[in-house]
Amino acid sequence: MDFLDVVVNVLNSTVRLSVPLLLACLAGLYSERAGIFDIGLEGKMLAGAFAGAAAASVFGSAWIGLLIAILVAVFLALVHGFASITHRGNQIVSGVAINFIAAGSTIILGQAWFNQGGRTPSLPSDARFNAIVLPGADAVRDVPILGEIYSGLLSGHSLLVYLAFLAVPFTWWVLFRTRFGLRLRAVGENPAAVDTAGISVAWLRYRAVICTGILTGMAGSYMALAQNAGFVKDMTAGRGYIALAALIFAKWKPVPAMFACLLFGFLDAMAIRLQGTPLPVIGRVPVQLMQALPYILTVILLAGFIGKAIPPRAGGVPYVKER
Amino acid sequence: MKKIILGLVAATAMCAPAFAQEVQPALLYDLGGKFDKSFNEAAYNGAEKFKTETGIEYVEFEVSNASQREQALRRFAEDGRNPIVMAGFSWAESLSKVADDYPDLKFEIIDMVVEKPNVRSVVFKEQEGSYLVGVLAAQASTSKKVGFIGGMDIPLIRRFGCGYVGGAKAAGATDVIENMTGDTPAAWNDPTKGGEIAKTQMDQGADVIYAAAGGTGVGVLQAAADAGKFGIGVDSNQNGLHPGKVLTSMVKRVDSAVYDAFMDAKNGKFEGGIQNLGLKEGGVDYAVDDNNKALITDAMKTAVEKAKADIIAGTVTVHDYMSDDKCPY
Repeated sequence: MDFLDVVVNVLNSTVRLSVPLLLACLAGLYSERAGIFDIGLEGKMLAGAFAGAAAASVFGSAWIGLLIAILVAVFLALVHGFASITHRGNQIVSGVAINFIAAGSTIILGQAWFNQGGRTPSLPSDARFNAIVLPGADAVRDVPILGEIYSGLLSGHSLLVYLAFLAVPFTWWVLFRTRFGLRLRAVGENPAAVDTAGISVAWLRYRAVICTGILTGMAGSYMALAQNAGFVKDMTAGRGYIALAALIFAKWKPVPAMFACLLFGFLDAMAIRLQGTPLPVIGRVPVQLMQALPYILTVILLAGFIGKAIPPRAGGVPYVKER
Repeated sequence: MKKIILGLVAATAMCAPAFAQEVQPALLYDLGGKFDKSFNEAAYNGAEKFKTETGIEYVEFEVSNASQREQALRRFAEDGRNPIVMAGFSWAESLSKVADDYPDLKFEIIDMVVEKPNVRSVVFKEQEGSYLVGVLAAQASTSKKVGFIGGMDIPLIRRFGCGYVGGAKAAGATDVIENMTGDTPAAWNDPTKGGEIAKTQMDQGADVIYAAAGGTGVGVLQAAADAGKFGIGVDSNQNGLHPGKVLTSMVKRVDSAVYDAFMDAKNGKFEGGIQNLGLKEGGVDYAVDDNNKALITDAMKTAVEKAKADIIAGTVTVHDYMSDDKCPY
């Protein structure tokens, strides 16, 4: 197998592995930029994955699955919002609670509905988001390098992959070029100023957590309906937390968030690829090191070695109007 | 009339604990959960078989984290449950603490050896069953490259891998790509990563992939079926997950281990000691049923049956990874 094939394969794998991270990371971005810390990304993804898989298997349609997944994730996001915006509760506690609710209830409901031990039935291919072949991909396959990249790397992913990457410029545009985005950022930095301007802090923050819900629902659907064919308990396997790490790594900015997620996805893909194969010069790299790298990088960043990661100033602080 | 009889049966089952000589079996599952379509589900099937045959109810517990083990085990022991069967190697530490405190109770642990007079340890020669599926994999492969995906990286799983490599190489495979999913128990429940590893292996040319990875294996078999390649299941018969796309399954008779423990205790024949079950004892095997009958050609059948006969006769010995932490193949 020639070198280009290997590169394309690893990058392909990188794209697939980074998409759930990217969607969850952007989800966290909306919420945290508005001043609501969200440690419950993991739980919302898991609930979304379950709801999507359950709905897709009952209705036989991936689109209905996606819709239900988004609805359920938005509902959980609103629960988080209700606790932390309206009732000014501790955002970390409420986020952790959502993770627990999702982990437990998906298994219980799955067992009650499908009797497969918390697993949903395996989905037929028309109830999943299948690979899309971009126009002309087959025609240019034989063109050296460019054709290979177009047909091998860019083409052949599921719809949600393209949506995830489109969400990056879209998020940038919303945050930095629209009035809503300006206010959203302001409410995360200085909610009192936003309030003084006569804008409802609570309503703005609610809208931010709804965005979070939509994106985590998509992340969950991607895992259950595109990467896999159904739900398996705890299938998010900590990706919500890695997404949070990526968010910090990217300093709460959309485009760096994409690169952070791609980097984490790439490390994961390399860890899979390199397992047991000795490299030239350095020899055999312990896989454990590759798997730990995202966390090591985040810790190094937090320790201040690669610039400074400053969270939104009002993050984690419930807004109390002065009386 | 049928209802009355059913009711009577149920009532008898419920009064059962009142009789001193009746057994009150208990079953403890490992992380991965009761319906993992694999190891734990096999244990469950064995217990269910015992229940339908004898009408004796059993109690069960699924651990959700490691700290619950000793507590759960002690609680069942305090309740006087007998025998107490534990599915999974991770129970060993808790069991070796608890077993001495309850010398009158009978314990059984599957997949690990705990040397106590009142403990029966059931271990399987997974390397022998894996050797057979390795033979089948190599024969079914057109690229002569086959893959192995393990769950958590532990010597037990390496034993599966080593036997598989041995069988595959003996039957003409040129290359066996081996991957482990991770180093934490989360590696048993990560189908996404399993699927991704399977795709990577297929990119490298593998066309038959054996998954010994609990719930992660579901993703492996799915990815293989999606790509039109073959997967190989483990522990339970997983041929039915993707009919025609799962070449075979390496079945481990965890169900009989549980069933026998319950039955022996009921008949008062429960003995401690080590049971090492291989092909000869019927502890491991490869699965053929209606879902994969068409995939196994006569030539493959002949080769695998010959390998099986050789192992049983002792002319071929499959190396046990756990004996020296090395794989010579």
